[in-house]
Amino acid sequence: MGAPKPASRPRLAVWKFASCDGCQLTLLDCEDELLSLAAKVEIAYFLEASSAPGPGPYDLSLVEGSVTTPEDAERIRHVRRVSKHLVTIGACATAGGIQALRDFADVREFASVVYARPEYIATLERSTAISANVPVDFELRGCPIDKRQLLEVITAFLTGRRPVVPGHSVCVECKARGNVCVLVAHGTPCLGPVTQAGCGALCPAFNRGCYGCFGPSETTNSAALNGRLRELGMSDPELVRIYRTFNATEEPFRRASEEAEGDA
Amino acid sequence: MTHKTIRIGGLSRVEGEGALLVRARDGRIVDLQLRIYEPPRFFEALLRGRSYTEPPDITARICGICPVAYQMSACQAIEAACGVEVTGPLRDLRLLLYYGEWIESHALHIFLLHAPDFLGYDSGIAMAADHRVHLERGLALKKAGNELVADLSGRAIHPVNVRVGGFYRIPRRQELAGAAERLRLAREHALATVTWVAGFDFPDVEHDYRFLALRHPDEYAILSGSVAVSDGTGFPVSHWPEHVVEEQVPGSTALHARLDGTGGYLVGAMARYALNSGLLSPLARSAARDAGLGEVCRNPFRSIVVRAVEIVHACDEALRIIDSYAEPDAPAVPVEPRPGVGHGASEAPRGTLYHRYRIDDDALIVEADIVPPTSQNQARIEKDLWDLVEPRLALPQEELASLCERAVRNHDPCISCSTHFLDLRLDAR
Repeated sequence: MGAPKPASRPRLAVWKFASCDGCQLTLLDCEDELLSLAAKVEIAYFLEASSAPGPGPYDLSLVEGSVTTPEDAERIRHVRRVSKHLVTIGACATAGGIQALRDFADVREFASVVYARPEYIATLERSTAISANVPVDFELRGCPIDKRQLLEVITAFLTGRRPVVPGHSVCVECKARGNVCVLVAHGTPCLGPVTQAGCGALCPAFNRGCYGCFGPSETTNSAALNGRLRELGMSDPELVRIYRTFNATEEPFRRASEEAEGDA
Repeated sequence: MTHKTIRIGGLSRVEGEGALLVRARDGRIVDLQLRIYEPPRFFEALLRGRSYTEPPDITARICGICPVAYQMSACQAIEAACGVEVTGPLRDLRLLLYYGEWIESHALHIFLLHAPDFLGYDSGIAMAADHRVHLERGLALKKAGNELVADLSGRAIHPVNVRVGGFYRIPRRQELAGAAERLRLAREHALATVTWVAGFDFPDVEHDYRFLALRHPDEYAILSGSVAVSDGTGFPVSHWPEHVVEEQVPGSTALHARLDGTGGYLVGAMARYALNSGLLSPLARSAARDAGLGEVCRNPFRSIVVRAVEIVHACDEALRIIDSYAEPDAPAVPVEPRPGVGHGASEAPRGTLYHRYRIDDDALIVEADIVPPTSQNQARIEKDLWDLVEPRLALPQEELASLCERAVRNHDPCISCSTHFLDLRLDAR
């Protein structure tokens, strides 16, 4: 980005597809680490942060956002071609994001609600994860991603090892943090038992149930959780909605919502 | 006949993605379009059928840079529909959270996106080579804002502690002590920032803007207020749909907001300052005076100074709230859903953000309307560009392109938030 740089520095690129910018902003939110990171890697392409996009190839591409337009379906193939490693950051890139709620509806009807001239909208019927379009080397979950996990992933790829990111549920983090279980103690509906750790069990620490923004954990038993949530008084439409937020098309969450929908 | 086409393929250092096309013939502009190619995400459509409790979490995802703004406008619109007003210490906590977002968002824009324009760098990070002390100050400010949001609400991006009626958990008084200490330091950084940016070399440009911002009787309006317009008119937030119409413009596929049937208007830092500067904290007011800002600033390049002044104000007011904070009895007021329509607006760092929801008998949303600041500003930004470019068509193409990028960046456009922008194709002959 302007300054002279030794050829040996790995080249980092940050790409945006359909998203809110929050996950790439997480990189800029590493206020204490940003300048030392910029000394270790060449930030070669990052439109949100720099007016000097450098040409590929790139050693590591971080991809935010889901694929929702015909142009973007092409563009992600280009990104894959010019990237040695491709890592998705966040729920949109990893699971289609909030905009994947169109997958359960008619996208043309969606367009006609928002736009006076929906025929001008070039959009795909589905919002797909990056991995549904091109091979992906690693997927970092979260809506948004966690800053510490992002630094871990970048460091791991730059040093040629696998990132250490847990696949267990939020419940483990919740216990480690010393939170009182909001589900057991307060009867608050919580997706912690089926959601992947990474946020630090934030919601229970703030007295609310987990809403699943990191997507499903490695192993889930949502049938058991649904049973418990029904005992707490949740209706089937409420169950459908709780799974259909930011990771609605991830298979375990989709199954759990469809199970409730089937009963509804 | 001479043809000249200026094309900027990917606007950088803005949030989201956009492009600009200018076509000129014989020294006159014949076409100018700020092109937004952010894919549509259909928030207003997907909100239908969701519970009245859900918009704060869902609409936060419209923008990772100003999620609190979405949460605040959404909460207030739903509370209005349900006949509830959040007051007292809970309102103060909302303001405090919002000030945190203001500090981090303005610091991001000033130091990482905007200042490099004035100093001749491609990025804030590149700027660090020669201006490290300033960039470090900016990162410290940004961090102070982010930490305040995280302290109150779990994390800086998509906070988890906001709900209709208030919060899930309120902070204990002593938990805010650390934040106060950091904010006192941040206030010093903010004052130094005003001095620094006021010394930049500003192009000599003024535009005759019509400004729109919220106005509150007792405070520099951020969280709430009624709508004020610089021509002296104004209206309550609940009358928004009667005054602001988003429409398609001939020759363009992008929706433009029109006010009272006439042309575009400007929201954002300069609008707030023009309409409410008398209500800035005394320290922010004196910083503005020292920086040479008059009562109204019409030079969009100087908006960076206005933003710096607003950071001083945000730090100052956040400290005032913490100093007088009395823990509320409950984290939220009860909100009983009822069928009806509610309107809510607040001042996102980029300008007025309006939400409207219609709620049915089952407490579900049947209709949502969200008008983000950037879509309101788009027509006015295009006018800025037109006025800037036409007399300078003889400049070398590269120089003109760079000036256009800067002119867009003056308005801190958040293109991700522009839920209404269409994906359009342009004839770039």
